[in-house]
Amino acid sequence: MRVPTSSPAVEVDGLVMRYGDKVAVDGLSLRVERGSVTAVLGPNGAGKTTTLETCEGYRRPQAGRVRVLGLDPVRERRELLPRIGVMLQAGGAWSGVRAMEMLRHVATLHADPLDVDALAERVGLGDCGRTPYRRLSGGQQQRLGLAMAFVGRPELVFVDEPTAGMDPQARRSTWELLDELRSQGVTVVLTTHYMEEAERLADQVHIVDRGRLLTSGSPLELTRGGGRTTIRLVVTRPFPDGAPESLQAELGPATEVRQLDAVSMLVSGTADSSTLGVVSRWCEAHGVLPESLALGRRTLEDVFLELTGHGLGG
Amino acid sequence: MNALDLRPSPGAAPLWRQVVAQARMESRLMLRNGEQLLLALVVPVLVLVGGVRAADRFDLGFDRPVIDVLAPGVLALAVMSTSFTSVAIATGFERRYGLIKRLGASPLPRHGLLLGKVGAVLLVQAVQLVVLTGVALTAGWEPDTSRWWAALLCLLLGSAAFTALGLVVAGTLRAEATLAVANLVYLLLMTGGAVLLPASTYGGFGTAAAWLPSGALGEGVRAALLDGRVDASAMLVLVAWTAVGAVTTARTFKWE
Repeated sequence: MRVPTSSPAVEVDGLVMRYGDKVAVDGLSLRVERGSVTAVLGPNGAGKTTTLETCEGYRRPQAGRVRVLGLDPVRERRELLPRIGVMLQAGGAWSGVRAMEMLRHVATLHADPLDVDALAERVGLGDCGRTPYRRLSGGQQQRLGLAMAFVGRPELVFVDEPTAGMDPQARRSTWELLDELRSQGVTVVLTTHYMEEAERLADQVHIVDRGRLLTSGSPLELTRGGGRTTIRLVVTRPFPDGAPESLQAELGPATEVRQLDAVSMLVSGTADSSTLGVVSRWCEAHGVLPESLALGRRTLEDVFLELTGHGLGG
Repeated sequence: MNALDLRPSPGAAPLWRQVVAQARMESRLMLRNGEQLLLALVVPVLVLVGGVRAADRFDLGFDRPVIDVLAPGVLALAVMSTSFTSVAIATGFERRYGLIKRLGASPLPRHGLLLGKVGAVLLVQAVQLVVLTGVALTAGWEPDTSRWWAALLCLLLGSAAFTALGLVVAGTLRAEATLAVANLVYLLLMTGGAVLLPASTYGGFGTAAAWLPSGALGEGVRAALLDGRVDASAMLVLVAWTAVGAVTTARTFKWE
């Protein structure tokens, strides 16, 4: 059967996955267009990996329907696998295998692989090619996993948390690489819990939480809306107890204060420069030293907070 | 920087090429691993040399030259160590490290993975056979080669049986438990399983030992290389163990 190339890269329709009585994916539907970079964004435990692994054919949907490149990932797995590339969240290599040996091995399984030396150079594995996998740093293992995902020149790559554990420089070069993959016509589906990653990379973002799709759109579409602005306050030492309530009282009902973690708070609503002054005076009065105090447009993180009422925790 | 052509050009390599790659990779890793090498070559050589030396001082009660009795047993032991212990431990850790899961998303199908594993085992065993036969011949071994093919057949059947049993262990237990069980079973069978020494030396237990995969393997190889005899019942026992192992593996093996 010839599959029309016009079918979307990924179609998930009403997917339900349970582990025992814990629901991991709860009626999720999403679409990934060909040639795009699509981010599935959500906190740990949101069902991102389960969804991805169902698309990769590791798991059979308990309810709902999944199609990847127009194929059923379980029934038509053998036909699908050579056309996709997969990066697991962790592991995926022998502990004693050398980095280049592993990459070369995966390349051999494909018909028309990339030049492995050039690829290793590109992902920054050049100087650890002879290092056994178990002695690679976390970031190096991630880069090897990424290289293994597209050494076979797939049409579509699924990358699960591609930059977790990478230093900022490696993260940026990974983003450039994923950008380049898209420009060469490869569809990229990534999961992440880094807002910045989704905002910087993705054409389309699907925000998921507790196994459900909350919203979808381009980063611009998602962060537009409402004429709302935000103030992000990061301080040098953890806030005292009751800090968000106390700041909320100062600011009044036009804005909403949320504590993101021990040292950062987000003020959203109709914030302007006078709001900035109130926050700054509040800091002074409570003996907290701002490390940064920034007025900005809505970020994906704000969108996420508004939708879920909790942060990403990572 | 080298320009990298990232445009899609997907496709699987021909299955035979994938299987050969997998077999080469696994055998290379097996021979590189110190503990595995110890089991594969060092222990059998020590047993062979040590056994012959010990026989110079103590009478082991064989009516044949000691080396002629020990050498076939050592070949059987070598096959057992690679196809059971090495396969179990390697596969256990492949599950643990997500390697089997990762390859599950590659073009290599599961039967290709299994064929690759069998190929790796056969490659390592070929190396073992050459080295150990060389050492044994140097030590004065005079095998009866009239039924050499029966010895080879027994080694292959034994290899199949122990690989299947090794996969049962690796596919059901955690990696650490697999490590412990595979080594323990190896030690028990080496000392009490009639692989190295003829079942007849075990007294009353000998009859039972010949039904063990280790006993059948040892007896079959000894029958061929010591007496030029084809031990059909030993071969049938090995076939039966292969069937038991294969069916159990197929039913219980967990890929992740």
